[in-house]
Amino acid sequence: MIAVLLRDLKLAIRAGGGFGLGLAFFLIVVVLVPLAVGPETATLSLIAPGILWIGALLACLLSLDRIFALDFEDGSLDLMATSPLPLEGVVVMKALAHWITTGLPLTLAAPVLAILLNLPTQAFGWLMISLVLGTPALSMIGAFGAALTVGLKRGGLLLSLLVLPLYVPTLIFGTELIRRGAGDMATTTPLILLAVITLGTLAVLPFAAAAALRINLR
Amino acid sequence: MPDLGFYATAVLSAYGISLVSLAAIILASIRRGAMARRRLAEAEAREAAK
Amino acid sequence: MAMNSIWQYANPKRFMTVSGYALPPLAVASAAFLIAGLYWGFFLTPEDFKQGTSVKIMFVHVPSVIMATGTWFMMLIASLIWYVRRHHVSALAAKAAAPIGMTFTLMGLATGAIWGQPTWGTWWEWDPQLTSFLILFLFYLGYMALWEAIEEPDTAADLTAVLCVVGSIFALLSRYAVLFWSQGIHQAASFSLDKEENVDNAYALPLLICFIGFMLLFITLLLLRTRAEIRLRRVAALEARERMSDA
Repeated sequence: MIAVLLRDLKLAIRAGGGFGLGLAFFLIVVVLVPLAVGPETATLSLIAPGILWIGALLACLLSLDRIFALDFEDGSLDLMATSPLPLEGVVVMKALAHWITTGLPLTLAAPVLAILLNLPTQAFGWLMISLVLGTPALSMIGAFGAALTVGLKRGGLLLSLLVLPLYVPTLIFGTELIRRGAGDMATTTPLILLAVITLGTLAVLPFAAAAALRINLR
Repeated sequence: MPDLGFYATAVLSAYGISLVSLAAIILASIRRGAMARRRLAEAEAREAAK
Repeated sequence: MAMNSIWQYANPKRFMTVSGYALPPLAVASAAFLIAGLYWGFFLTPEDFKQGTSVKIMFVHVPSVIMATGTWFMMLIASLIWYVRRHHVSALAAKAAAPIGMTFTLMGLATGAIWGQPTWGTWWEWDPQLTSFLILFLFYLGYMALWEAIEEPDTAADLTAVLCVVGSIFALLSRYAVLFWSQGIHQAASFSLDKEENVDNAYALPLLICFIGFMLLFITLLLLRTRAEIRLRRVAALEARERMSDA
């Protein structure tokens, strides 16, 4: 299973798009929103949690279709399905590889971009926490969506349509956590709920994703 | 026609939209049913012709 | 294939016969209940002392809202039956129900917005109820899009069933997340179906008739559309056989 993870990471790095593209996209979204909304810092700091989370969602979405597509085309997914490795484990590892190449860099870059958006300083810690807790769920849900659409030739747009509604709970609790942190309010409830969503997603969706892959490999 | 007073536009448009949507889904279903029936008849005719 | 064909013929065949007999009376009954309920609701109900005549919107709003979630629930059950029992009619019924449910969702949203305009003073309020319905609408869209996108019918049935189950969990989660996110003004309305004692008797009976009408209409349309899907599946099978013999 570790081998699957390392292999995916190597492929992502060699392809080049892995780390850079998502980050660049995140940066562009964060730059474009103030251009569209106007330069008032008060407004920007108000909507900063939302912009950062939407940016993270979209950047995450960009690389989703590559989670399984290449392995599906060259047949290595068939090999993985027939190997003694449980397909659920493969799914988790692939989601983890996706998170390391997108979710993790996004989380690390977010504070820098939060400065651009004038996020209140007391919220920076909460921003990191909410992204660290939330982005694994984004990768896992994304892996499920990618497993559903892996057999389709033009699955990209459909993938976004399927995956984005599933991001709603994570988005709500993630941004609420930062907002409450920024306003010096009690953060325990959204923190716990966000963690519950992520843990629940990690517990349940590997099975659904593996089931979808098996159907697609039939 | 009841006197709807202040809410006349709201009530009428709500009923209007509802009736139009119901009519739309009913019509669409009937048309899909007819289309399916026709295509099946064609396919079976081709099958029988062989 | 030989084993499969027993399921492909026998059960759909029985379904076609039974539903063929059931359709005309169901259509008549749903038309009768709908016309009676909506007529009663529109022409014969009194004004509410708080909401004035806008209360009449309830007779289209409440049943469509209940049927919108009810349809998704029916799709969930049908998907599970398909997944466990491999009952083709069940998978096709779930597919057939989605456009009906989506129409009810749109109706609920539109009538809700129209009702909100004069009573809340705004067309759209990011109220938990309206927001959850918007999200439900997105789920319907995704579900239908997945059905359309996959060519192989059994793969499509399986994958949409998985999506429906996972989607149901997330729809429920979203519902609670949205409640947490915004304490709405919806519940401040003077009545809701959850608290039936709040619905005046003058409204309860026509509302019930409307609801039965919507329910019957749903069943009628569901049978009609499932029949169409079964026929289309048979067409696809025949066309596949033609291509095989041509080749």
